[in-house]
Amino acid sequence: MKLQEADAKSLLVAQGLPVPPWEVAHSVAEARSATERFLAGGADKVVIKAQVLIGGRGKAGGVKLAGSPDEAEQVAGAILGMDIKGMTVRKVLVGPAADIVKEFYLAAVLDRAERGILLMGSAEGGVEIEQVAAATPEAIVRLHAHPLLGLQDFAAREMAFAMGLGAHLKAAVAIAKGLVTTMRAYDADLVEINPLAIIRETAADGATQERLVCLDAKITLDDSALARHPGLEDLRDPDEEAPEDKEAREAGLTFIKLDGTIGCMVNGAGLAMTTMDLVKRAGGEPANFLDIGGGARAEKVAAAMRLILADPKVNAILVNIFGGITRGDEVARGLIEARAQQTREVPMVVRIVGTNAAEAAPLLLEARFETAASLDEAAAKAVAASKRATAEATGAIA
Amino acid sequence: MSILVGRDTRLLVQGITGREGGFHAQASRDYGTNVVAGVTPGKGGQSALDGTVPVFDTVAEAVRETGANTSLIFVPAAGAPDAVMEAAEAGIATIFCITEGIPALDMIAAVEVVRERGARLIGPNCPGATSPGRAKVGIIPGSIHREGRVGVVSRSGTLTYEAVQAMTDAGLGQSTCVGIGGDPIIGTTFLDVLQLFAADDETDAIVLIGEIGGAAEETAAAWAGEHLADVPKVAFIAGRTAPEGKRMGHAGAIISGGAGTAASKVEALEAAGFRVAGSPTELPGLLRDAGYRG
Repeated sequence: MKLQEADAKSLLVAQGLPVPPWEVAHSVAEARSATERFLAGGADKVVIKAQVLIGGRGKAGGVKLAGSPDEAEQVAGAILGMDIKGMTVRKVLVGPAADIVKEFYLAAVLDRAERGILLMGSAEGGVEIEQVAAATPEAIVRLHAHPLLGLQDFAAREMAFAMGLGAHLKAAVAIAKGLVTTMRAYDADLVEINPLAIIRETAADGATQERLVCLDAKITLDDSALARHPGLEDLRDPDEEAPEDKEAREAGLTFIKLDGTIGCMVNGAGLAMTTMDLVKRAGGEPANFLDIGGGARAEKVAAAMRLILADPKVNAILVNIFGGITRGDEVARGLIEARAQQTREVPMVVRIVGTNAAEAAPLLLEARFETAASLDEAAAKAVAASKRATAEATGAIA
Repeated sequence: MSILVGRDTRLLVQGITGREGGFHAQASRDYGTNVVAGVTPGKGGQSALDGTVPVFDTVAEAVRETGANTSLIFVPAAGAPDAVMEAAEAGIATIFCITEGIPALDMIAAVEVVRERGARLIGPNCPGATSPGRAKVGIIPGSIHREGRVGVVSRSGTLTYEAVQAMTDAGLGQSTCVGIGGDPIIGTTFLDVLQLFAADDETDAIVLIGEIGGAAEETAAAWAGEHLADVPKVAFIAGRTAPEGKRMGHAGAIISGGAGTAASKVEALEAAGFRVAGSPTELPGLLRDAGYRG
């Protein structure tokens, strides 16, 4: 689960990391009053940032400065409601604009190959790390946290010196260790600060000082660990979750909507991906990824069918079950039940093999489902059914 | 000889008194596996599988009493990493963890403890392994196999069944079929399994079934290109149509920042001499094309 910047920053603050203040505004009026507070507090300008769970906000025009409450209203008005890569901006973050001396990149990520936590740092902050990795891989410092002890002080110091943060050693060590602590405290897959920045601040007496702070924050949580952090579930942003995603999550199904016309219902993630691939290979377009999981019962099958049919583009359905833990006859009964409840008629190709496939066969025959023996045959039949449906629909309109 | 499981396997099932644990312990025994013990804390002194298998409170006690050398774990996610570490500490050499949905950071610690003890962990979120005609440890349906000399390794469960069934239907038997698991942090990688197959005198060909996410297929391919140059080898990669940034069911199956794509894996495998199938049903034919005569 991805967190919004403001929520990610709250978690960093809770772990003692230095983050400049911010407020979240859902309307132009809220953005204005937040701006008034920051300007009254001594800021010259504020930065207004679109809050969407997608990268490249700045490039898309979702990050802008404002020097007065009026300007803040104007800027917030332009950003709120803006479409960034298909996501509508519903809120903005407002904070004092930082006087940036230098930008860095620092992140803690799950390293699959080494089976540990990898710290990645770079003196090239403010740009996407993938670009740095492609252009100047030597500019990225990599170091692993100890699998049992976390990030040790000497390792954090090594990181800080290698990134050229010797002048801010204490703060850099605290932040590097803080990223790993944050990761472990909330079971995150990723804690990324980009930019980590040295900023210039003016104290009340007019003296300037430099300070290392986290200017942005991106955190992705491990979905498998959410159950043991009940508070974090509240950070799931309802604005960013489509209704079908919510229904799937609550039904315990893994569902990902795609653009095609052939609805897929499969048991097992690898087989579900393969089924999509074979639909495409047979000349069709999959409408979704759907894994009903191991041991799925009739109710789950019915819920899966509702999800698939809720997509108006779906004009054919491919059911592919290789029973291991899952019993074929359970799935067949679920399909018959689901079809009795369904609101529109869509051709269905059903392939059930493995555990209790023999018991499933007569049920499918009696219910007159179109069946297939092999995976390739099932994909071909589903694509043919979808093309027929498309042709009929076009013919009907003409 | 086969790898990981065989006639020498003395199986302990952690979570044997649960629904899944009991069912699959029975299925493993029905296949011919020597199931010697079960462990459920608090149920020591009872028995499982119709009174034929003793149940112990701790893995250490089960090992002492029965000489178990392999463990199969069905413990729920919250307790599974601890079950893995308990098995490693008790001296179990080969640990299979079937459990799905374990937090990734928990597995970092568990994998480290397993490594320190010199044990081997397969999984988590894996279907286990079968050496046809010898032993089955896990949830792969026994009926899909045929004895033979092709080594099969896969990240997925049901997709493995699909591929193995296709092999069996084509008359190509298997030495061992291993599912390594779909999670980001797993104990045994593609590379580890290829190295075991390379050293196994009863494996003459390789089937590798990968999917999007990470770079484990690429790493294994590079090694195989060098060390298994003369071995017939085929592969299939799931997820050619998967969109970027979405977890495709398996926690580890995600393309991020342009890395972990099917195209990258297919390219690496082909460069290493694998014939890559467009559908699992093509695997047997491609293996024949690669010169396998088993």
